Amino acid sequence: MALHPTLKHGTIFLNLKPFQIRKIHLISEILSPELGHYLLALSCCLAGIQFIVPLVGCKAKQASLMMLASPLAYAQGIALSLSFACLITASVTNDFSVLSVYQNSASNKPLLYKISGIWGNHEGSIFLWCYLLALFNSLLALSAQPIPLKLKSRALAIMGGCSAGFTLFCLLTSNPFLRLWPAPLQGQGMNPLLQDPGLALHPPLLYMGYVGFAIPFAFTVAGLLDNTIDLAWAQFVKPWVTIAWACLTCGIALGSWWSYYILGWGGYWFWDPVENASLLPWLTGTALIHALYAYTRTESLKLWTLLLSISTFSLSLSGTFLVRSGLLNSVHAFTSDPTRGVFILALLACISGSALLLYAWRAPTLAQETGVNPLSKEGSLIFNNILLCTIASIVLTGTLYPPFLQLLTNQSISVGKPFFEQTTVPFVLISLFFMAVGPRLPFKKTNSQHLLNILSIPAMLCLLIFLTSWFCLHQFLPALTLGLCMWVIIHTILNYAKKISFLQKSFQESWRQFFRLPYSVHASLIAHTGMVVTVLGITGMAFATHTIVEIPLGDTVPLAGYEWTLSSVQTVKGPNFVALKAAIKIAHKGKVVTWLFPSRKYFPEQNQIVTHVSIETNFIRDLYAALGSSKETLDKQHPLYILRLHYNPLAPWIWIGGLIMAFGGIITLWPSTKTKFKNDCL
Amino acid sequence: MKDIARRRLIFSLPLITTLGAGTGFYVMLSRLRTGSFDPKEIKTPQISLPYFNLERVSPFPSFNRNELLRQTKPIVINFFASWCVPCLTEMAILNQLSHKIDIWGIAYKENSHAINEFFSRNDNPYKRIAQDTKGDAGIQWGLTGVPESFLVLPKGIIISHIPKPLSERDVETISNTIG
Repeated sequence: MALHPTLKHGTIFLNLKPFQIRKIHLISEILSPELGHYLLALSCCLAGIQFIVPLVGCKAKQASLMMLASPLAYAQGIALSLSFACLITASVTNDFSVLSVYQNSASNKPLLYKISGIWGNHEGSIFLWCYLLALFNSLLALSAQPIPLKLKSRALAIMGGCSAGFTLFCLLTSNPFLRLWPAPLQGQGMNPLLQDPGLALHPPLLYMGYVGFAIPFAFTVAGLLDNTIDLAWAQFVKPWVTIAWACLTCGIALGSWWSYYILGWGGYWFWDPVENASLLPWLTGTALIHALYAYTRTESLKLWTLLLSISTFSLSLSGTFLVRSGLLNSVHAFTSDPTRGVFILALLACISGSALLLYAWRAPTLAQETGVNPLSKEGSLIFNNILLCTIASIVLTGTLYPPFLQLLTNQSISVGKPFFEQTTVPFVLISLFFMAVGPRLPFKKTNSQHLLNILSIPAMLCLLIFLTSWFCLHQFLPALTLGLCMWVIIHTILNYAKKISFLQKSFQESWRQFFRLPYSVHASLIAHTGMVVTVLGITGMAFATHTIVEIPLGDTVPLAGYEWTLSSVQTVKGPNFVALKAAIKIAHKGKVVTWLFPSRKYFPEQNQIVTHVSIETNFIRDLYAALGSSKETLDKQHPLYILRLHYNPLAPWIWIGGLIMAFGGIITLWPSTKTKFKNDCL
Repeated sequence: MKDIARRRLIFSLPLITTLGAGTGFYVMLSRLRTGSFDPKEIKTPQISLPYFNLERVSPFPSFNRNELLRQTKPIVINFFASWCVPCLTEMAILNQLSHKIDIWGIAYKENSHAINEFFSRNDNPYKRIAQDTKGDAGIQWGLTGVPESFLVLPKGIIISHIPKPLSERDVETISNTIG
């Protein structure tokens, strides 16, 4: 009987010696749910104090009060860390007297999922949200940036305000520490679909993205209160935006990958309202990164940057709100409760409403901006912002149109994948075009002759690629996308070549120059390459082929030049499931390429069936198989099995591209080693 | 001074939009609590049938928008595809339902060959079949995926949209609604 290695740990306590068990009992007695509950309430109070005291200090010009913000932030971070440890202890030691553990766990659940199960439900995920907010709060307090005391304490105060609101929400409407009496012997178990390593990581990363945008938001509000929005301010905000954006990118990519391999549909993005809710802050966050870049270099786009920073965090918040309020028709079934919805809506109104009010009041008094030349780098950055915000508003409209139409006219419609695909694709293609041109333009000054020189040859080359691939593929859109992707890649290479003076200086000199380039140059080029890789992956998936067959054992199905043979089907027993496991042999021209083992797991506790897809990848294409239900036939000796077989070209590129993009962002956080390299070279 | 006031008015547009949306959400939530607002179900009569074009699938009787408008009895419109597993499992329920009401199928993003193959393996519950090769009709109908079903009354009034595979309970609801 073959078990997944992580599943074996579910029985960890059976192998423990008595004194170890005593130790665990001791830990669980100290880290009791009551302590966790108390610490949660404590951190809510601390956050409240952190909100009020530094603001009072700023008003009264009392530095001692302002300086209280950092210790309060640390205290809150420590309190919530301990509280989190209490919840983990309750889950790991199977304390079913805790309601949220009873509802989402069972003693035979593998250890990894006992921990990840904490954020697999509403209460726990809100708790995780609060915890991550507290961590970012402490990180901001810890950061070595030379932020003026007034700005820092104000920013921390705003963070404290958000944190207080969310911990209060957690305490009042979704407390994970509530007890259940009498304590049941066994829990209800977790949704088997969520018992997956990908999903263990997806929520923390995504939430880090959402919550991370709280810091730029706090800086924006603090700066507006302070009336000091300057270049130094932008330098402080920049790394936080990048961290949040990179986490969000990874989180979205991971979620998409999860839906690809767990749902068994072979799809990777469904334009579900919850997915859109994560895409919206990503789009505005991407716009924010570019706007900040333009601002730090040319001092243009100041007011726009502020608005973007406020709206990115607001969109992160409203995403959480929409998912949990039950207003949207979504497959992500969080238990929806209107009371909770009203609470989050009130919180949202307080946070975003007051920030936007402040913006409306203060922004007009800030210095006026100078005009921007459209044929310059900042011009292209503005264009990028327009495109990204257009896509964001399309997605927002598509997501909110159905409930609002129903509210206003009592008509019901649903807006689905076809709408989103037809409306967003043209804008993505246009942004690909500008993604290549933008980095090649100089700031401020412009020379159309120069522009024509650098663009004409690559343009002709890409036109040639486009026409050739159109001729070969007979499909317009993929060929156009391919041409545009090549356009970006050619420009990326040319850009690097120019930056390191390739062929103008000796090879060694160029090589050294490559390492001496500022990180921001690498960052934008790498992130843009990542985007191209993702777009290529999506284009490749347009050529995916699949088939659904109903075959007996031993039958062979041809698909995409491969012969897929159903060799055997076995029953396998796991700790909390019974699985039906098929073995599919895949051969190409008689030679065996690989074996796939798709399975269907039946979880008796939840009375739920989960399909486990089997995928073989060589990073150029995926061979993907899912096992459907077996059909009862009159001849019981030879049952028929439903198989779903996919051939997905370039599929892994979609997520690899996401990782490359996030990597491009992370690079800028590395402390600049320019001087160090200079010394080395000497 | 006047200039600042005007600029403030412009800069408060995001605030106004957000407040408007927030008020909308609040009304939705309070109606959700009283039960008069349910985003998951569509019960209210639709004004009219959307405009859509469909193509013929060779051996099966086809239909178009005008024929649907001319009907004198209720029809279930079911979007399906041979490439979708839930559609395959829905076929049993559809066959059961087809004894009570006429079901017209729209094959979503499909080719005639695959549809013919599909019905060589499965019983055909549909009285008529047409295909939506490019998925344009799907947009007009507001499709979120396949399978999805619509209950259409005479004169093309859509009274319910079931955005998931039909269950036994849906069959009951539909037969209660029409009979």
